Amino acid sequence: MLRLPEFNYIQPRTLREATKVLADLAPNAMLVAGGTDVYPKMKRGQFAPRHLVSLRGLRELKGIRQTKDGLWIGAGESLTAVSRHRVIAKRLPALAHAAESVSTPQLRNMGTIGGNVLVDTRCNYYDQTFFWRQAVGFCMKKDGQICLVAPGSEKCLAIASSDTAPVLVSLGADVILVSKQGERRVKLEELYRDDGIDYCAKSQDEVLKGLLIPKEALGLRNVYLKLRRRGSFDFPILGVAATMDLDNQGECRHARVVLTAVASAPKVVAEAATLLQGKKITKELIETVADAAAKISHPLDNADLDYWYRKRMAKVFTLRALAQLAGLELVA
Amino acid sequence: MKKSKKNGADDRLTKRLLRLQVNGETKEVATEVSKTLLEVLREDLGLTGTKHGCELGECGTCAVLVDGEPVLSCLMLGIEAENTEIVTVEGMTQNGKPHPLQKAFADLGAAQCGYCIPGILLTAKALLDEKPYPTRDEIRQALAGNLCRCTGYTKILQAVELAAKEIP
Ligand SMILES: Cc1cc2nc3c(=O)[nH]c(=O)nc-3n(C[C@H](O)[C@H](O)[C@H](O)COP(=O)(O)OP(=O)(O)OC[C@H]3O[C@@H](n4cnc5c(N)ncnc54)[C@H](O)[C@@H]3O)c2cc1C
Ligand code: SF4
Ligand code: FES
Ligand code: FES
Repeated sequence: MLRLPEFNYIQPRTLREATKVLADLAPNAMLVAGGTDVYPKMKRGQFAPRHLVSLRGLRELKGIRQTKDGLWIGAGESLTAVSRHRVIAKRLPALAHAAESVSTPQLRNMGTIGGNVLVDTRCNYYDQTFFWRQAVGFCMKKDGQICLVAPGSEKCLAIASSDTAPVLVSLGADVILVSKQGERRVKLEELYRDDGIDYCAKSQDEVLKGLLIPKEALGLRNVYLKLRRRGSFDFPILGVAATMDLDNQGECRHARVVLTAVASAPKVVAEAATLLQGKKITKELIETVADAAAKISHPLDNADLDYWYRKRMAKVFTLRALAQLAGLELVA
Repeated sequence: MKKSKKNGADDRLTKRLLRLQVNGETKEVATEVSKTLLEVLREDLGLTGTKHGCELGECGTCAVLVDGEPVLSCLMLGIEAENTEIVTVEGMTQNGKPHPLQKAFADLGAAQCGYCIPGILLTAKALLDEKPYPTRDEIRQALAGNLCRCTGYTKILQAVELAAKEIP
């Protein structure tokens, strides 16, 4: 048996109690929601928290509902609940699809959307058992000094691997963070840093309460395309989320493209907005955006399939996503 | 990482009394907080029908039903399963008779080595409980988290279809 190391398990009953416990124990404590990222990593020695603070019992983190500002999604809702929610399935098929493409049905019954947007970055040299990592030599993300993928690199280049994060960023979602000090609301994209180790700008004593998708976003065309080897189980090795709005004349009022698994944070392709907005979408235009997407993608030899292939697919997937939203036929 | 301990070799500090509802019965067991539901079921309750494969969420053989939904018992603590209804493969029989799914798997020879089968039976049960007449595609989707290294899946899909017909 691959066993969990020992830890102290704390089950707060309210969000207030959770933030208090966290403020007291912060450096040695870790939050756990569904546990589908935390427990495998504790078994492999990647995480070694002294205290685990469970979010399971917190009612404040539950619920998906429409408010006057938009759509509220509690961080503690399971990926299954998110993908099946009526409004999400109908208006935000990209989010429903992203949630439904995470791993497997059983895992989605456990894993939460909060855990999904905060999920650890990935790397083939890091996501291994302690024994494997010890044999190969530790890297700087855990227990070591250097990067094994790019030995000259000063920072860790592990990959942002959440499926829902790029979609939520493309929808302009905000996150609500709560600590003992109070509540703050920030853009989800501001939570991410392009650093494989320090990938999240949330402070250790903050709990993610939920996400707010602005009302306007519910009217956008949206899509998410995911690349992976198998149709189930696998993390994205490339993900392209896109949103678009066209006026009656077919002129583009809004366009956004966000990539995942091409860097340590979700990447916004700035050209989608600058080149498409105010124009009629043409094949040539979206091809330029797709080229830009490939250009800012820096896949490395630390995930499944060849990195040069993943870079080429960043272009192909961006092209497909935008063509689908604009209703253009792509003939080879 | 700590070396994995032999069960019970080091009991200090962390034992707690868990109250679990398993297959309709209340079970009390004093065990380590760090034990997964999989470990509690197999080692403390002797319910070895639930299998351990990868223990990392990558195979589905450890699936059990918690409040009617299939979950991975290797990624859930025993203590997290308190106040829920747990069903393992041992709890599938009805009045001592095999569940129609179990009968269909046996009749069609849908199991070879059998290691993946407990997780598949329970996941399929959850599907049929929710959707009595699933399409082939819905069965595929529901079982997309259960790896089988022997059968090639065809007979498994056929067995679930057969069971769906048998269930009144
Ligand atoms: C086999 C396998 C396949 C997977 N495939 C995918 C995949 O395809 N796509 C994908 O995106 N993910 C995948 N995952 C990763 C993970 O299962 C999911 O991202 C899941 O949604 C994580 O949610 P959780 O509730 O289980 O998180 P947990 O494991 O409980 O937590 C994850 C992280 O978030 C923090 N956290 C959780 N909730 C909060 C909160 N409310 N406030 C503050 N911090 C919080 C935890 O401290 C931890 O750092 C996979 C995992 C496995 C084991
Ligand atoms: S990118 Fe380098 S430092 Fe980061 S996990 Fe991989 S090998 Fe380690
Ligand atoms: S043993 Fe739980 S998923 Fe493999
Ligand atoms: S029958 Fe052997 S793994 Fe499925």
